[in-house]
Amino acid sequence: MDIVASTTDIVENANLLLAVIIPLLGSLAVMTLKNHPNRREFVSFCAAMLLLGMVLSFIPALKAGKTLVYPIFQLLPGLSITLRADGFAMIFALVASSLWVIAVFYSMGYMRAHDEPCQTRFNACFALAIFGAIGVAFADNLLTLYLFYEIVSVCTYPLVAHHQDEESYEGARKYIVYLTATAKFFLLPALILIYVLTGTLDFPHNINTGIIPVSAPGWMVTMLYIFCIFGFAKNGVMPFHHWLPGAMVAPTPVSALLHAVAVVKVGVFCTTRTMLYVFGVDTMDRLFLGIPTAYFVGFTIIVASMIALSKDNLKARLAYSTVSQLSYIILGVALLTPHAIEGGLIHIVNHAFAKITLFFCAGAIYITAHKKYISEMSGLGRTMPFTFGAFAVASLSMIGAPPVAGFVSKWYLLVGSMEAHQVGILLILIASTVLNVGYFAPVTYKAFFGKRPTGQAETGIKEAPLSMLIPLLIAVTVSVIIGIYPNFMMQFVWMVTG
Amino acid sequence: MELLLIKEGFPLLSFLIFLPLAGSIALLFFHGQTFARLWTLLITSLTAVCSLPLLFGFDPASSKYQFAEAYAWIPRLNINYIVGLDGISILLVLLTTLIMPFCVLASWKYIQQRVAPFMFCLLVMETSMVGVFVALDFVLFYIFWEFMLIPMYLLIAVWGGPRKAYASIKFFLYTLAGSVLLLVAIIALYLESGSFFIPEMMWQPYSLTFQVLVFLAFFLAFAIKVPMFPFHTWLPAAHVEAPTAGSVILASVLLKMGTYGMLRFCLPITPDATLLLAQPILWLSIAGIIYGGFTALAQQDMKKLIAYSSVGHMGFVTLGIFVLNGRGVEGAMLQMINHGVTTGALFLCVGMIYERTHSRELALSMGVGKYMPWFVTFLAFFSLSSFGFPGTNSFIGEFLVLAGTFEHSTSLALAAIPGAVLAAAYMLRMLQKVVWGGTANPDQSYLTDLGPREIAVLAPFLLFVFWIGLGPQPFINLMHTSVSALLNQLHHWQQHQQVAAVLWN
Repeated sequence: MDIVASTTDIVENANLLLAVIIPLLGSLAVMTLKNHPNRREFVSFCAAMLLLGMVLSFIPALKAGKTLVYPIFQLLPGLSITLRADGFAMIFALVASSLWVIAVFYSMGYMRAHDEPCQTRFNACFALAIFGAIGVAFADNLLTLYLFYEIVSVCTYPLVAHHQDEESYEGARKYIVYLTATAKFFLLPALILIYVLTGTLDFPHNINTGIIPVSAPGWMVTMLYIFCIFGFAKNGVMPFHHWLPGAMVAPTPVSALLHAVAVVKVGVFCTTRTMLYVFGVDTMDRLFLGIPTAYFVGFTIIVASMIALSKDNLKARLAYSTVSQLSYIILGVALLTPHAIEGGLIHIVNHAFAKITLFFCAGAIYITAHKKYISEMSGLGRTMPFTFGAFAVASLSMIGAPPVAGFVSKWYLLVGSMEAHQVGILLILIASTVLNVGYFAPVTYKAFFGKRPTGQAETGIKEAPLSMLIPLLIAVTVSVIIGIYPNFMMQFVWMVTG
Repeated sequence: MELLLIKEGFPLLSFLIFLPLAGSIALLFFHGQTFARLWTLLITSLTAVCSLPLLFGFDPASSKYQFAEAYAWIPRLNINYIVGLDGISILLVLLTTLIMPFCVLASWKYIQQRVAPFMFCLLVMETSMVGVFVALDFVLFYIFWEFMLIPMYLLIAVWGGPRKAYASIKFFLYTLAGSVLLLVAIIALYLESGSFFIPEMMWQPYSLTFQVLVFLAFFLAFAIKVPMFPFHTWLPAAHVEAPTAGSVILASVLLKMGTYGMLRFCLPITPDATLLLAQPILWLSIAGIIYGGFTALAQQDMKKLIAYSSVGHMGFVTLGIFVLNGRGVEGAMLQMINHGVTTGALFLCVGMIYERTHSRELALSMGVGKYMPWFVTFLAFFSLSSFGFPGTNSFIGEFLVLAGTFEHSTSLALAAIPGAVLAAAYMLRMLQKVVWGGTANPDQSYLTDLGPREIAVLAPFLLFVFWIGLGPQPFINLMHTSVSALLNQLHHWQQHQQVAAVLWN
């Protein structure tokens, strides 16, 4: 792996800056087009397409074994704001940019069908959240990562508080308190201590060495590690996960964005980036940090699944499902074997596409049938076959059944846990699969085979509007495609593990 | 006098000190409101422009006092007129001169009564503030230091809010109490060293008892000015009652004099006492950070909130100074500038809302964001800067201070972290209320958004927020040599003293 690292060409490329700035410019343009809804949405769409194109344009260089970097600001020696595109960054950048394209369409359909107020603010903040997410993806050091992480926190507050009623203010308050307090309390000291210890915050170009010197005292490194795990509270690891169900008050496209792209994925991406590129596999092995982390997040996997079982509100069930699934990613990386790391990282992609489908479905059901609770959805599948069909396929991905994408991650994770000789982890994965079936299968089953509640036989409910149906069908198709042809995304994961 | 780089030709520093004073004389004879405003704007702008050559002529590689001027004043008492500038004072002088035109602009409509006397006070303030930062003779320093009290007292007592009498008297008594001991210390030092020339008082082998006494006298005077917990109670009262320009001057410049004094006098004149007493001062700083944070969190009055946040922020500055290492001191000095920029701007913002709603109550400003988008955009950036959002100026200042503190002691630094969390809490609380409010906002539809004058006032502050936040290196370069020289001497002194202790015990 060292050979790979040393042959990596590091090329400066200003397009990286452009890629990060596109959503920012998109957001500013949206703000100026307050009175022209169609042009506003068109601008959002153009920005999303441009971003996707820009991200895709980095692929050839990466395939040629290069790493793209672009320094923006040098603050102090070893402390800079710099962007970087490597395999790891691409995993997340591709997810965020491609899902933005789909989400622009979907939220246009949702927001207009629902006649939501303040759509300009909504679209502008949506773009700003993507700006933060892309910045996180392309961060070359811990400071840049932290900067964009905080930008995401601040810019998604207006999205969560969108309805401006008691409930949404309460949810948004919880959201911002959890996220900024953990970041300030854990991350800031960790950042500074790492800088004091090493004189730099720049990520190395391999996952083994990390930047922590071997001479650093073990207790301090362990403390820093724990700070980093809890500091990125967007990763939803218990006990700092409460903000996520609280944020369910937001409009459904926001939930979809929060859960699939901008927020929770930023959290796990930051966590895993820090685990692999700040501490590194060697340090984590030496201080025996991996396996305890795996068991710690294993607890979250199981408990969150059990809570999900008990929720009747569809969005709440999906929220706890997210809490549980995110920990898969951290669990995989924490096992520190190549297959487990690959399984964890590819789950960033697989979970994103499946979860955004599920939320899109929940939103479509809410807009069309005005139903929030699973118990009210009996028999609805017969009138909304496409929506519930997509829901069924996406649940299969969550469960980890072939040929949908989730199977790939689960396969790698299972192989990885065996490689690590961790029977306990294997059992956690199996138990959680059973639990996943337990809380996803009944939704689909009841929708298609359940009896309609009496008195609601003919409510005139039809399929969701096309502007919502098409995006969700695209998302679920992608889920299936990357389940059958996983190599397109796996190539970036392999770049990480060498 | 090898410590001074005497400036030949035009006496720039004296010009900067006395131009505002000379300008103020005109206001004694002409009382027209418009004239007073324009004239003061002209004078302060001229001072600001003329202070820029300091930046270009300053040699950052030298730790000497530059642009120095020395004239005999009262030779019998060994009192001279000596001024000079080094890396520790240059940024503060520039901060003072650059911020004054904005104070004038902020008072444009705010002050409607007795405009000419108000502007007169501002100009006299500027003279004494610049004087304090460049004076190198202790008597001269003391004169400027005390001279400042009167116009500041008048600013609060005449143009202040409802409780102006209480606030101004409290401000006056607190600062005066500190100053008296400062005078005693100055005279004691003169008797010991035989000179009022500040650099000659430094690094002298005074006895430890003498040093501790002098240090305590200095410390009390400066700690009141900073203000450090528990000497801070005058600050919220003064801030709340002062007019906007008064609050801005108070926050941006006056508070810095305390920390400037600590760096300029405590460290080099009484090094042993500094080393001896640093530890309790560090913990006092932590107490201030935490106390200021919690108190700010409970405030309903926006000016009080920002005033208490100043207590917390200045706690970071004293923390950085007394960890006595390069990162800490440079961070502290950067944080002094940052606090001047950010808190000054926040007071300007509160002043703008006060001009509209005639209230500083948070509850009455709820939901302003809907009608004043430009205003809340500025407020949001300044609030983010205030709690150290990465990419803004305070982040880099706090980062350096905390990095220095971690080098000194991990537990101390960890104790300061809750202060950073609290800062985010009270700033976001204020921001949330002003921008969004709740479900029962008061009717704000009569509000008008910022005008061009107000945007022109706030925009330069925003520029500096990001300039320092994203490119702090030029600012640090200015101070670096002076700070390292100071710390080198201090640590050299420490070793020297340890050797002496080994030899004599």
